[in-house]
Parts: sequence; structure tokens; C-alpha cells
Amino acid sequence: MRPVFLANNINELWDMLRQHPEAAIYAGGTDLLVRMRRGIIDPSALICLERMDCLRGVREDGDRIFIGACTSHTALLADPIVRRHFPVLARAVSRLGSPHIRNMGTIGGNIVTASPAGDTLPPLYVLGTTVEIMSMEKTRRLPIKDFIKGPGRTDLGPGEILAGVWIKKDQPFNILSFEKIGQRKALAISIASLAALLRVSEEGIIEEARLAWGSVGPTVAISEEAESSLAGKRLEPGALSEAARIAMDAVSPIDDVRASKAYRRLVSGNLILRLGAGLDENALRPAWPPIAG
Amino acid sequence: MKIRFCLNEKDMEIETRPDRRVVDLMREDMGLTGTKESCGSGECGSCTILVDGETRLSCIMLAAQLDGRSITTIEGISGVEGLHPLQEAFIEHGAIQCGFCTPGMVLTSLDLMGLKPCPTREEIREAISGNLCRCTGYQKIVDAVEAFASKRKVPQQ
Repeated sequence: MRPVFLANNINELWDMLRQHPEAAIYAGGTDLLVRMRRGIIDPSALICLERMDCLRGVREDGDRIFIGACTSHTALLADPIVRRHFPVLARAVSRLGSPHIRNMGTIGGNIVTASPAGDTLPPLYVLGTTVEIMSMEKTRRLPIKDFIKGPGRTDLGPGEILAGVWIKKDQPFNILSFEKIGQRKALAISIASLAALLRVSEEGIIEEARLAWGSVGPTVAISEEAESSLAGKRLEPGALSEAARIAMDAVSPIDDVRASKAYRRLVSGNLILRLGAGLDENALRPAWPPIAG
Repeated sequence: MKIRFCLNEKDMEIETRPDRRVVDLMREDMGLTGTKESCGSGECGSCTILVDGETRLSCIMLAAQLDGRSITTIEGISGVEGLHPLQEAFIEHGAIQCGFCTPGMVLTSLDLMGLKPCPTREEIREAISGNLCRCTGYQKIVDAVEAFASKRKVPQQ
């Protein structure tokens, strides 16, 4: 029999971790319990965080927002602060799993699982998210791109938990997009996804671009070269095609049951082209009327 | 491990393994076989139950997590007078073919209508998007939920 401990507060959690340092920690269980059932992992004990109220919720703190790691995807989607400040994250969460998975799964779980296909990761990358890690001894913060080390691997050490994420509010982007390619709308593991934030001037010149792809590399793929190729250009097909070409070389997809490497590479580029074409439908806050062609 | 919870409006106290899956607990220990298991990995919605009124997948939930919660399975929604009116609507609209997805579809729709008493077809489709029907009878399921919502005079939850 495998003991399952429900931590109600942080002191209980530290006690449990001290007594069972090898326990696996979960919140929603939508990834961990599936892997346990398949025999991929066989932890000797489990610690469930679903009742840790102190790790749940969204709050404003100066120029930043803190999202507790145990906040469910459903709660994120309903949260007015998230919808107002981080619509790119809300859009990605709306495509994550299914309503049931969103009721159970949490943003912290999605991050710590560190799946290349984790739907919250590309938006969290483009938003410049900082993760907060707690242990009994100390609290530390680091950028999400340094926290995620590889597929299923993070910087979490023994006795540490992800407490939540910090995201700067009022980021000066006026065009945003999250698109996920999968076999169906709900319950699809992404074949490729792109989160994009653009700051475009009133004259239609791209001043800054942030791009992050999911499912086309061991972790979230980023391309500073593709981003800087867009800066200073008009948001139109020529500039997007150039960035798409760079992106196709920058990603490192694999063949798997869902799609081929070649298809993923092509789609990674084509998702950039759509930043121009689908503005009215795809951008939640278009700054000016979409450019034809 | 001793677990206390409310199951279909009855207070229970049971002795079970804390890592027992809730779907196994319901079907094998409680004899409530209306909760179905299909994929066993949270991808099909057959094992949907309501926990404090909100949908959960009982195949990826452990017994220990039930402690202190209020659980509704499909057996808990019909009364002494017979089936729940939403179940009647499923029958009337031909929304049941093999029936395996039906308990999950019904409970998921009740959760939706607790939040939105008169959902649109699109909202119904979105709400049941995590419940797979391999007979692909989705139109009739949406018809049934829509008809139930529009006929209902008093909100259910």
C-alpha cells in the first residue's frame, strides 16, 4: 500500500517531506497518476497539494502578478486579472486538455511536468515569467527558461516545491496570439504550438516580437534571430515569411506518433505567417485594422 | 485508511487503501457501476463524477482525495420518482446509443447547467468536449441537454 498525504498548509507539507523525502508530489494528478498507472513511475508515497490554499489564487503585488502553483486551469480562465493582463495565457489555457482536465490540473503541475507539449509553457516564456521555488530553508526565484531543463526535467531540488509564478503586468504588447495544432480541438496533445506577443506602432511597424513554440523541441523553442528579424519591419507577409524561414531552422522537432519532424518544422514557420493573416480572429487585442494580403 | 465523505447525499465512513483509484472504489467497493472506466488516463470522460458539484475524472483521483468531500455519481441524481428529467430528455431525444458515455455526459451537463442555466449549443459542445462518444451521437446529446435546459422551470443546482 502506498500512503497518500494531503497537505493542508505549508508546515504540514514540510513535515511530510521531511518524513517522506522520496514521496512524489502532485496537485491535480492529471499527469502523475497517469504515469503511475502505466507503471512508468512507482513512488513509495504520494503527497497531494490540492488543499494547499496558500498556493492557490491570483494576486496583484505592485507591478507584478503572482499566480499560486495550485491554481487550477479553470480558476485561471475565470480570473479577471489573468484575462485582463495575460490574455495570451488565458487563450492557451482555454485549449488545454478538456473542461475536466482544467478542473483538476494546475498551472504549477503543467510547469513542473515540463512536457515539451505543455500548453502553458510557450505563453509563460513570452511573458518573461519568473518561477518561485520554496523549501523549508529558503525561497528562490529564477526565469522559467532556466527552470525547465529538458523534457520532464526541472531545476527543482530535493525538498523543494514550485510555489507559483510571477509575471510583470502592463507589458506593452498590442498583438497576441496562441495557436495550437492538434488532431482535434479538445483533449489534443499539441503537434506544434506558437505563443506570440508583438508590439506594433500606430504606423504598423513591429517594435518588438516575442515568440515561443511548444512541441517542436525537447523544451519550449525560442529564436532570438526570428524575433529580431521582425523588429523594425512592417507587419506584412514579407517580414513574416523571413521570420518563418528562420524559425524553421531554429526548431528541433522529432518524429512521433502525432506528427513527423518535417511537418512540425513546416508548421512552426507557418504559424508565424498566420500572425498577419488571422489578426481579426486570432488576436485578442488588435491595435489597428489587419493588413490585407 | 479511514475516509469520511458524503456519497449521493449519504454520509459514509469507509476503510480503504488511500491510493485506491476513485473509479475502482465506486465500482468495486460501493457497487456503483454507473461510473464507467474507458481510457483510464483522463482522456475520455466516461468516469466523470461530481466532487462538490464540479466534474472530476475518477480514474485519475485517489481515495484519500475524497475525504471531507461531497460526491455525486450517476446513481445519485435519480430520485424515488424515477429518472432525473435530464436522463428522460436523453431517452426522448435518442441521445443514448451504447450508453457507455452517458453517465459522464449527464453529470457534465448538470455541472454546466449549475453554472449556466440556459447554455447555448456552443457552450454545451464546449462543456462536453472532454466526454467522448464513440457512437458519435453528439448532435442528439446536445439536443437533449438543450431541450432539458429550455423546458426546465426551476434551476436544478
